Amino acid sequence: MDAQIASAWAVLPDYLGQHVLLSVAALAIGLAVGLSLAIVSVWSPRLRWLLLTGAGLIQTIPGLALLALFYPLLLALSIVTGRLFGVTFSALGFLPSLLALALYSILPILRNTVTGILGVDEAVKEAARGVGMTPRQRLFKVELPLAMPVIMAGIRTAAVWVIGTATLSTPIGQASLGNYIFTGLQTQNWVFVAFGCVAAVVLALVVDQCLALIERGFAGRNAWLKVSGALGLATVLVASLVAGPAESGSRYVIGGKPFVEQYILAALIDKRLEAEGMKATSRVGLGSTVILDALAANEIDAYVDYTGTIWTNFMHRSERASHKKVLTEVGRWLQQTRSVTLLGPLGFDNAYALVMRRDQAERLNIHTIADLIPYAANFSIAGDYEFFARPEWKALKKAYGIDFRQTREMQSTFMYKAVADGAVDVIAGYTSDGQIAQYDLVVLGDPKQSLPPYDAILLLSPKRAHDQKFRHALEPLIGRVPTQAMRNANLSASRSNHQLTPEQAAAQLWRDIGGR
Amino acid sequence: MATDSVAIAFRNVDKSYDCGRTLAVRVVSLEIAAGEFLAMVGTSGSGKTTLLKMINRLVDPSAGTVEVEGQDVQTLDPFQLRRRIGYVFQGIGLFPHLTVAENIAVTPRLVGWSADKIETRMSELLDLVQLPHDVRQRMPSTLSGGQRQRVGVARALAARPNIVLMDEPFGALDPITRDALAREYRAAHQSLGLTTVMITHDMLEAILLADRIAVMNAGEIVAVGTPHDLLTDPKNEYVRELIDVPRRQASEVERLAGARL
Repeated sequence: MDAQIASAWAVLPDYLGQHVLLSVAALAIGLAVGLSLAIVSVWSPRLRWLLLTGAGLIQTIPGLALLALFYPLLLALSIVTGRLFGVTFSALGFLPSLLALALYSILPILRNTVTGILGVDEAVKEAARGVGMTPRQRLFKVELPLAMPVIMAGIRTAAVWVIGTATLSTPIGQASLGNYIFTGLQTQNWVFVAFGCVAAVVLALVVDQCLALIERGFAGRNAWLKVSGALGLATVLVASLVAGPAESGSRYVIGGKPFVEQYILAALIDKRLEAEGMKATSRVGLGSTVILDALAANEIDAYVDYTGTIWTNFMHRSERASHKKVLTEVGRWLQQTRSVTLLGPLGFDNAYALVMRRDQAERLNIHTIADLIPYAANFSIAGDYEFFARPEWKALKKAYGIDFRQTREMQSTFMYKAVADGAVDVIAGYTSDGQIAQYDLVVLGDPKQSLPPYDAILLLSPKRAHDQKFRHALEPLIGRVPTQAMRNANLSASRSNHQLTPEQAAAQLWRDIGGR
Repeated sequence: MATDSVAIAFRNVDKSYDCGRTLAVRVVSLEIAAGEFLAMVGTSGSGKTTLLKMINRLVDPSAGTVEVEGQDVQTLDPFQLRRRIGYVFQGIGLFPHLTVAENIAVTPRLVGWSADKIETRMSELLDLVQLPHDVRQRMPSTLSGGQRQRVGVARALAARPNIVLMDEPFGALDPITRDALAREYRAAHQSLGLTTVMITHDMLEAILLADRIAVMNAGEIVAVGTPHDLLTDPKNEYVRELIDVPRRQASEVERLAGARL
């Protein structure tokens, strides 16, 4: 517990700094765009309807979806600008998060500004015309100042939304306070989850209260309140940015998908690089389809993927093949289509496998998927959010002619407990998961080899393919991580008692496999 | 300024809304002499506010011309025109987010007076409308109704206009304040040599203040004349009705006062 809090504190400056930077930049854009659109729409009722409807529509898109949408959009745009002007930009991380959050913040600012301006007393507007103010003078001297309390209320709403929603930028590769929440959820580290929530809430409250001071300053014509509110905001901004680490350009960026094993492997690679005197930072929690594109685009320098994922998801192959054949073909395909280097397999495999409770398996005499067939019609099966949409599931059903009573999707970390508790009968688990041993579960055999092999492979970006120092630092990991060692590391980083952080688990794993 | 020169002229002015179907003002012709105090009287919707707003182009006529000091207002920049004409609004219309001083200084600032010049003018104006000088930094919401309308008058006079338009300026005030303010304004009108056009519902107020009264009904001027003219020779039934109200009230008051003695 203390170790978890300590390690949460240790990354706070980084996460908070990035969170604040992202939120402030997004709000600044939202403010500029929202205010301009509001002023334009005050003059044209038709445009006002259009803009408010549009902004309202954007608001109904869930925050996570909006963030996710910007990645492919920017990727396509980057390809286009690359072809046309030779300029490409990062479609991952800061930029998509910034744009999505800015878009999100427009509505409250736009709506409140329009409402505020239109709500100014007709007699006062008439007086402004009567004394000879031009439309621009009326706007800046009378309408905007009188609407200011309503506008500030909109800015407060936008600020709170942006700070809250910024926690969702983690899966598209932007570090934020959401990293605590996503990592914590994956590693069942509730200290992290709570830490992330509290930090985001405190930040939102402080910013909101500073803005409230400014709002009261405008309402009561009190310059002191305005100044102290602005000073408060400036303090938050400067403190978070100064506390955040200075990013050096020559860092290696290690990617990871959003589950415990990937956090540990990213930490393991970081450790290897640091041991060789190289600087590294990790960008974990990337979605599994985003991450290969990110590597090919040199946005990350290395990460660990699995042969089966490439084989089925990207190469669209479904035939049975040996570990060796899949490995060779995946390596060739990655090189040819993405210029990605497959440095080598780590040694363990993390395949999908059907898993059930040992006592139930023994009672019913089930050892393989084939033995499961007569019972399947009464059984429910759980899998992660992807599994039932993947070709493996189709291949498995076809190979065995098996059909379950019910399929349920759940967070992968919870499904082992679900099968252990009897909430479901079978799960599509991962062979390297530590919880298989923890809950005394059994992995069912796959005699028809319907599920492809999932050997862990270390991939390098095109930019780093010939970086000898980098390759040299990572080569000691190749072929050195057996399934059992990985399972132990996964368990120690996800069990409820004496849980280790991914970094601690990586250190332990490195010792286990004889590294120094 | 010669007293017989024309300050404001309406020449065959029409104003229609919804493409000519409703006429708010029809064929109005009227000349207002420089230095004159003209009251416009009529029921709500008789077109008097529309006519008033044509003078400073808050409303443009559909036909005919409006001239201010000899110039067709359609040829003038509306913002410049409004800045040289004082305007006292119905319901006062002070800017609630500005102090008394800032409200009064609005037009001088728009026409680009220096801070010194505005400061000197401010003292003159506060004396003129009989407000204590410590109201400058107060917000309009902290003033009484009478004080607010004094600020409204000071704002209208701030940039030294020749012409002042007043739209039911004293309508919302209690009778005593109203009477005092009206007489003070009439005195200022005289001493500053202003041309004033004032809209009022109250025939008695018009009779007591104005040099001439224009009676409007259904968009037309049905009678124009001095109070004496209208009292002695009301041209038509509508004017007679309007005149009869204050006259009957006055004789009733007289009778009651006599009866007590």
